[in-house]
Amino acid sequence: MATLAVRRAPLGGFSFENCKRNSILESEANKVGFSVPTARKTGTTICGVVFKDGIVLGADTRATEGMVVADKNCSKIHYISPNIYCCGAGTAADTEMTTQIISSNLELHALSTGRQPRVATANRMLKQMLFRYQGYIGAALVLGGVDCNGPHLYSIYPHGSTDKLPYVTMGSGSLAAMAVFEDRYKTGMEEEEAKQLVRDAIAAGIFNDLGSGSNIDLCVITKGNVDYIRPHDEANKKGVRTGDYRYKRGTTAVLSKVVNPLDLELLEETVQTMDTS
Amino acid sequence: MAAASMMPIFSQNVSSNSDLVPEWSRQEVSTGTTIMAVEYDGGVVVGADSRTTTGAYIANRVTDKLTRIHDRIYCCRSGSAADTQAIAEVVSYQLGFHSIELDEPPLVETAAHLFRASCYRYREELMAGILVAGWDRRKGGQVYCVPIGGMLVRQPVSVGGSGSSYIYGFMDSNYKPGLSKDQCLDLTTKALTLAMERDGSSGGVVRLATISEDGVERRVILGDQLPKFSTH
Repeated sequence: MATLAVRRAPLGGFSFENCKRNSILESEANKVGFSVPTARKTGTTICGVVFKDGIVLGADTRATEGMVVADKNCSKIHYISPNIYCCGAGTAADTEMTTQIISSNLELHALSTGRQPRVATANRMLKQMLFRYQGYIGAALVLGGVDCNGPHLYSIYPHGSTDKLPYVTMGSGSLAAMAVFEDRYKTGMEEEEAKQLVRDAIAAGIFNDLGSGSNIDLCVITKGNVDYIRPHDEANKKGVRTGDYRYKRGTTAVLSKVVNPLDLELLEETVQTMDTS
Repeated sequence: MAAASMMPIFSQNVSSNSDLVPEWSRQEVSTGTTIMAVEYDGGVVVGADSRTTTGAYIANRVTDKLTRIHDRIYCCRSGSAADTQAIAEVVSYQLGFHSIELDEPPLVETAAHLFRASCYRYREELMAGILVAGWDRRKGGQVYCVPIGGMLVRQPVSVGGSGSSYIYGFMDSNYKPGLSKDQCLDLTTKALTLAMERDGSSGGVVRLATISEDGVERRVILGDQLPKFSTH
């Protein structure tokens, strides 16, 4: 790979020169003590399973900015088409925009063909876009849906490779979730069993991975019907305080009281009306 | 930062300077692999393991690395998963179009040349080692090797991927020209098993395909059915 590079005219396609420049600038800035603003990431647990009648997709709801939770209840299961949904891990902006772009293109494609869109089509569109950007779009996706050929589930990596499998997990909590799947997945599960399995896999990610947390969202896709259950399970409800530091008036006795009225002069009065029409 | 990032920090697959490229873009999905293709009189046998890795995590333990390019032409993929999938899809399209224009099944040599054209032109950007194998009426069973860098050479038997280094000795001592189909299948199974035993990036199941005039016959050999060798 590392050969002597002679400066040649760009062959066409994308130039990633600015990405290198940005990295250099970032390291220069770090040397002086400044830090580049961190991108908001969905350091995440997402997963999907194929069951008897369709697909169950699951996701946690924590979005992080470095080590701080930026959003405690973000939605990671994105709409692609009425019969296809996509969970996204990685850089939040990238997953959001990529799924929206493909959703839009897929709707136009469906109108052009006159048919319900297929999951394989969405997969092709996503992988070709991500490959074109050579991994610089940090979107790791779990794509699932039911079309005329049955239920399909794909995992899509930022560099543009895809795998078609009966159960997939992605994100920082993927190892914890995959452990649950490898233990309990069976072909041809019923819907309730599949939902419970996905719930448990996401819970494993939430409780064992720092980048995942809060609630569990599910999306059950079957032929002709989608159940977007948000939240399915509030695994991390905020605790209720048992006591209160407020004290009643009179708890502290008043010994003496002095009142000094202030003589203030009104200098100027302006009124700014708000247009509430 | 490490805990909150998308994937844990793994050793990089692609060789690049650490400062110039952002951390998460370096963690590529790789088919660190063992692939093999053998010609016999009347067709070819292709085989591969089934492991795809992201660093030390196995992203897919049942990968199908034997990709259909045309009815009687398959390719074995090794290297970067994204690169090889993209190239294979492009070549499938080009070959399908070409075949319709010709109104004839395409030649294996044509498919191999299409692979080489992409792999050589973009050799700096790609990491793909591919074996193209199939059957056509003109030359029968053929195996073409298109390794990283974009060379093209026809060989009667070829191995590729990270696990191939462990089985060159086995291949040199056990391959003879003029093997039958079943002998080829047996040789491929044994060779892949040996490589999978020793190479950490290869494993899972053994996928085999036999391509001949009559069509393609696919087979999977699961972990417990693999041949056993004597060092343990």
